[in-house]
Amino acid sequence: MSAVVKLHDIHKSFGSVEVLKGVSFEIEKGEVVAIIGRSGSGKSTALRCINRLETIQSGTLEVCGHRVDDQSLDLRALRQDVGMVFQSYNLFPHLTVEQNITLAPRRVKGVPNREARALALESLQRVGLAEKIDAYPEQLSGGQQQRVAIARSLAMQPKVMLFDEVTSALDPQLTGEVLRVMETLARGGMTMAVVTHEMAFARRVANRVIFMHQGKVWETGPGDMLADPKTAELRDFISNGL
Amino acid sequence: MRYNFDFASLQEYWPEFLRGALMTLEMTVIACVLGLVIGVFCAIGRRGKRKWLATLCGAYVEIVRNTPYLIQIFFIFFGLASAGLKLPIFAAAVLTMVFNVGAYTAEIVRAGMDTIHPGQIEAAEALGLSTPQIYWDVILRPSLERVYPSLSGQFVLMMLSSSVTSQISAEELTGVANSVQSESFRSFETFIVVAVLYFAMAMLLKFAFHLFGQAIFPRRRRLGTPL
Repeated sequence: MSAVVKLHDIHKSFGSVEVLKGVSFEIEKGEVVAIIGRSGSGKSTALRCINRLETIQSGTLEVCGHRVDDQSLDLRALRQDVGMVFQSYNLFPHLTVEQNITLAPRRVKGVPNREARALALESLQRVGLAEKIDAYPEQLSGGQQQRVAIARSLAMQPKVMLFDEVTSALDPQLTGEVLRVMETLARGGMTMAVVTHEMAFARRVANRVIFMHQGKVWETGPGDMLADPKTAELRDFISNGL
Repeated sequence: MRYNFDFASLQEYWPEFLRGALMTLEMTVIACVLGLVIGVFCAIGRRGKRKWLATLCGAYVEIVRNTPYLIQIFFIFFGLASAGLKLPIFAAAVLTMVFNVGAYTAEIVRAGMDTIHPGQIEAAEALGLSTPQIYWDVILRPSLERVYPSLSGQFVLMMLSSSVTSQISAEELTGVANSVQSESFRSFETFIVVAVLYFAMAMLLKFAFHLFGQAIFPRRRRLGTPL
């Protein structure tokens, strides 16, 4: 099986601050990779480089056959293959749930308006919120908003999905409902990169865990590695984090 | 103080008043539509990456907002005339209004755009929307919904300020009033009538903007909350 996401020796600086110092990892098709680490370890930045919300300074980065490090990259083609869900949901407040979900399919893929509603409904069923199709974001709880954001991403039928601390803004109960949706997606074979602080989720759902520290991949292994950390930094992170 | 009001002698001028009021409304509608277009492009230009364009748009906004409207009217009207471009008075008057309201609109729209959270734009980018699509669907539409009250207020103000165009003999309501009072010698009555007409038009315009807002902002219509 070939990797759909390949990062090799990625360097990225914000001004004079080097955030990624030679990050390399790959994600296989259908694999769920959890990226953990302290704030400032570069995990979100690494994720954001994958769909080029951030541009890298050096290294090679290939995603679903797109050379992300190439200046002549077809950005829109890349972003049709890569879905992303954010910590702050980022639903469009002036649009209904249906319009939020169908905006990109209609504008980017040219899905006709009469088919759009069915598409929205189908995506919403996957996150268990079909009944909210006509609601506005402000009428939903945080957990529901995040699930709609996941549905919005799914409606573009991405090959890879990126999750950037998607439960960090939610209380434990709402966190649970979002994580369950993600787990279902993972079981369905979606390729996923998940930046998270949810160690239980990383251990149970992820095929592989990447621990980032000081802008580098510090330790990587299956979910079990969290029970038996090899480096002192990971041990420290787990004992302080849990 | 004794003054005998005589509104009856103004009766024959009703068609004139009505014609003036309609022209005022006509000028206002054209100015607002074109002003909005200019304002939106100018706001986008000011936010854009092209330095020269941002400077140009910024200069336009600052010049218009920091000089008297009357001077702008003379500048455009007589300026164009001395450059050999003789516009009909109606066109010249509307042009000054567009020029003026465009700058105020630009500033209001820009303020609205500044309230859009960067995360909104990132989400749209991540979904593969193009820059023009993002501007239209994710920035402009919610911005306009947010600043709609200030925008409609500005347009009502423009309608009232259009009275200044009577200075270049535009035959709008104030222009009509000037000729009526010099013919009828009933200045006080004339300007009372005109004030009432302006007030009625302002109310009408406000109501029209309210209805229009309800039509184009379904979220506001359904929830009634500010965005």
